[in-house]
Amino acid sequence: MISRWQRILFWSLLVSSVLMAVVLLRMRERALDRLLAAAETMPLNPSAGRPAQTVTMMIANDMNGSLQAASQSMALPVDSNARAHVILQHLIVDYSRPGVNHPISANKGVNGIFFLTLPQDGGTMAIVDLSGSFVNAHPSGIEPETLTLLSMIGTLHANFPEITQVRFLVDGQPRDTLAGHADLTRVYLASDAPGVKHL
Amino acid sequence: MRWIRQRLLRALGFAFALSPLVAGAQASAPATAPPAPTPAQASANPAQTAPSQVAPAPSTPVHAAPRFAVVIDAAHGGTDTGARLSDHLLEKDLVLNLSVRLRSTLSAHGIYVVTTRESDSTIPAQGRAEAANHVGAAACITLHATSSGNGVHLFTSSLTQIPMTRFLPWDTAQGAYADQSLRLSAELNSAMIHAEIPVTLGKTALQPLDSFTCPAVTAEVAPLHETGRMLQLSDQEYQDRLVAALAAAVEQWQRDWRLP
Repeated sequence: MISRWQRILFWSLLVSSVLMAVVLLRMRERALDRLLAAAETMPLNPSAGRPAQTVTMMIANDMNGSLQAASQSMALPVDSNARAHVILQHLIVDYSRPGVNHPISANKGVNGIFFLTLPQDGGTMAIVDLSGSFVNAHPSGIEPETLTLLSMIGTLHANFPEITQVRFLVDGQPRDTLAGHADLTRVYLASDAPGVKHL
Repeated sequence: MRWIRQRLLRALGFAFALSPLVAGAQASAPATAPPAPTPAQASANPAQTAPSQVAPAPSTPVHAAPRFAVVIDAAHGGTDTGARLSDHLLEKDLVLNLSVRLRSTLSAHGIYVVTTRESDSTIPAQGRAEAANHVGAAACITLHATSSGNGVHLFTSSLTQIPMTRFLPWDTAQGAYADQSLRLSAELNSAMIHAEIPVTLGKTALQPLDSFTCPAVTAEVAPLHETGRMLQLSDQEYQDRLVAALAAAVEQWQRDWRLP
C-alpha cells in the first residue's frame, strides 16, 4: 500500500516536471525568435558613415572554368561575421546581374556566416549557412556548382586569410549536394579554391 | 579406309576437347591487339563478337596479361534526374544516350565495355563503384551534362596519390589511382582538342568517382560555343563529335595505359 504522502510527492514531482518542460520549450522558442529577428535585422548595407574598404572577390567564369580576382570598394560593418556576410552577399548579387559568365539567381544567398577557431592548428573555420531558396534555384552541374563553392571559399580566404577551412550548411542543416553534384558534406580547405584551372 | 576414318574422328575429338581452353585464353587476352575471330569461332562463341557481354570463364586457369576493359558510368537515372538541360531534355537521358552510343562504338572496335546502367534506373553511387571495381577496368569514365559552360569539363578526383595497397579505404580508393587518372584525363583532353571541342580541366570531390579502383575521369558535357554559332547538347552533330572524341581517347589509352 502506497502511503498518502508518497502519492502527493509523486504527483507534485510529475506536475513540476511538466511545468519545467513547458517553460523550457517556451524559452527555446523565444530564443529562436530572437536569433531569427537578429538575422533579419543584420545590416547588409552598413551605415553610410563608415569608410569604404577594398575587398577582393574571386569571380567565377563558366566559359573557361576559372576564378579571377577583382577588387571592389564597399563600406563594411565592424563585426567579422557580419563583414563576411556582406561580402558574400555582394558576390552573389554580382552573379545575378545580366551578362555575367556565372549566372546565379538573385535569391537571398547567405543566411549567415559564423567563424570558429580551430583548436588543432589555430586556424579558423567559416561556417556558411546558405539559404534554401538560393540552393534550390542554383544551376545544376559539376562545374557551375564547384565554381560557386570555390568562388565563395576563395573570396572568404582572400579577405580573411585566417580562414583555413569552410563548411556549408543549407538553412542551418547539412545537405548532401549543392544542386545534385558538388559535395556539401565535406569540409573544404581554403587551399581548394584555386583548384579549377583552364588549360 | 576404316583406319583413316577412325584417325579423323580422334583428331576431331581432340580438337573439340581443346576448344574451351582456346576460348578462355582469348577471353582474358589483352585487347591491345585483339585477335579477329574466325567465322567458325564466331559462330561457336557469340561472346567473341560482342565484347560488351561477359565472356565465359575459362575452365582452366590461364595466366595471361590483364584484359583492357572500360567502364562507362552514365550518371543519375530513375528518380535522380540530374540537371534540366532544356524543356524536353534531362541530364539522365542525355548521358544514357551518350553512354549507349559510346559503348556501341567501342564494342565495334573490339574493346570490352561494361556500363553501369542501360536503362532509366536508379543506381546508388556505391552500386556503381561496386560494378566498376568488380571489372578491374583500365579506364572508368563517368558521364555528366550541364547547360552551363562551354565544351567538355574533365574532372579527376581531388584526392592526392597514395601508395597502392592490397586493401584501400572505400571512400578514398581513387587516391591510389590519382596519377593514372590524370594521365587518362590528359588523353581525353588531347582527343577533345583534336575534335575542336574546348576543355576545362579540374578536380572535384564526387561519388562514385572517389571510390573507383581504376584510372577514372568524370566528363561533363556542356553546350559548344563556336564562332558564329552555338551547338546545344541536343544537337546530333555535336553528340557525334563527342562520342567520336571519347572513343578516340579510349583507343589511344588502350595503347598507352600500361606505359610507366
